[in-house]
Amino acid sequence: MKYVIIGSGVAGIAAIEAIRSVHPPLLRGENGTDITLIGDDPHGFYSRPGLAYFLTGELHDKALFPRTAYDFRRLKFNYVKGRVTKISRVEHTLELESKPAVSYDRLLIAVGARALPLEVPGSNLEGVLKLDHMEDAKRILKFARRGKTAVVLGGGITALELVEGLVSRGLRVHYLLRGDRYWSNVLDEQESQIVERRLQQEGVRLHHHAEVIEVTGRNGRVTGVRLLNGQALKCDLVAYAIGIRPRVDLAKQAGLAIDRGILVNEYLQTNDPDIFAAGDVAQAYDPMSGRSILDSLWTPARQQGHAAGSNMAGRKTAYIKSPPFNVTRLAGLTTTIIGTVGRGRDDDLVGIARGDSETWRQLPDCIVAQTGFEVNRLRLLVGEKTLLGAIVMGDQKLSYPLEKIISENVDISPIREKLLVPNAKVGDIVAEFWAGQKA
Amino acid sequence: MGFLTFFKQDANKHAVLASGQVVPDSARCVQCGICTYNCPIGIDVRAHAWRGEPVKHSQCITCGECVARCPRGVLRFEQTDLFTKGKS
Repeated sequence: MKYVIIGSGVAGIAAIEAIRSVHPPLLRGENGTDITLIGDDPHGFYSRPGLAYFLTGELHDKALFPRTAYDFRRLKFNYVKGRVTKISRVEHTLELESKPAVSYDRLLIAVGARALPLEVPGSNLEGVLKLDHMEDAKRILKFARRGKTAVVLGGGITALELVEGLVSRGLRVHYLLRGDRYWSNVLDEQESQIVERRLQQEGVRLHHHAEVIEVTGRNGRVTGVRLLNGQALKCDLVAYAIGIRPRVDLAKQAGLAIDRGILVNEYLQTNDPDIFAAGDVAQAYDPMSGRSILDSLWTPARQQGHAAGSNMAGRKTAYIKSPPFNVTRLAGLTTTIIGTVGRGRDDDLVGIARGDSETWRQLPDCIVAQTGFEVNRLRLLVGEKTLLGAIVMGDQKLSYPLEKIISENVDISPIREKLLVPNAKVGDIVAEFWAGQKA
Repeated sequence: MGFLTFFKQDANKHAVLASGQVVPDSARCVQCGICTYNCPIGIDVRAHAWRGEPVKHSQCITCGECVARCPRGVLRFEQTDLFTKGKS
């Protein structure tokens, strides 16, 4: 059996591990399972979310690679650095750019997503930068070294990572938001305010309702931006993160069923039984909600990759989506987002952002209970009998219990009324409840 | 604070550290490697986090560097039974 995986991200690596757990590598000379990984990222497998910490200087770029050559040798697979240009489903072959064709019995598409381009005049100037992969991060640092002022556009986690990275590299940063506050479809007003205030304390200049209509330049290089309100800002670089789009081109050309991502069932299988998809490129069917959902998070990508690999190897494994759960750092504050938390749209994002999940916004009827102050804040979304979601900012002691309470649909009837009393000490009530649950 | 109290505190601290181990919550981890990068002993903490296994490494001095530096709260100290509960 010949397995081929396109994409060297976490979904692809998890799939190889899963295939190898069903078909362990055989000794030399024996006819075993053949696995080939084809990836177009020149750096192979590394922690894409870790690029944020490379930008801030907390981490050396070489530290972002979780696997050694020895680790890979143990998994025994062929690695082809290259770009697939065509999938021929009838022949079961892949065409590659300036490389020989590769045949497959089972194929996994795990090519991820790419940043949506900035579409204003001047966006092709040198110094207009995105953060998709390692090369982009290195380019940002190159421009940061010789620049003094940066403009950052966009909402969500990646834009904030750009702001934090550039500030920590000593640049003066203008952060432009089209909307009236930061990440409005996930955070509530107070949470956005906490993040914005902390950014301002670090010297970030925030501009709300600011829309860039042109990037200006001289001799092909960025010199500033012009805003819709007539304002002009001088800068040496423009970094943007306005959303991502799954890389569906290959699947589309191959005639696979796609919506915004590649449509797959709960076994991560496309409408072609020999082709699977996982990670940011997949729009996976969720039997619980009956919808097909895009996720752009590391852990679901790993879980999907694992399930896809198992299914490809003949061990039927359904991908059961757990409540979306993400931990991130917003303006230096560790923040955990669990379950359903937000609503509405965000003027700063076109569709989904990196580190985002669409299920965060499928808000059924619920009531909000919240507690905390500036840096430690807890918001719970209280359903009829269960907790539907939570945001924990700052102190993370409660995030593990909340993750369990939410993902296991624990009946919270005994504390529901107490939680909803105005100014209730929500954190204490949950902690006490959890201690009782464990006992 | 008298020096005896000081020693006692120090001993308490060591007792807590010696009886604990670093435990990861894999679902929070994005394999950035800050833990491994900052481990003074050179233990690959990240690999433990990928496998969801506690850092049971003979050379781990439970200094807490990885726990403190992880930007996503993946790692925590957990009490082991090794010294606290005697023989099982």
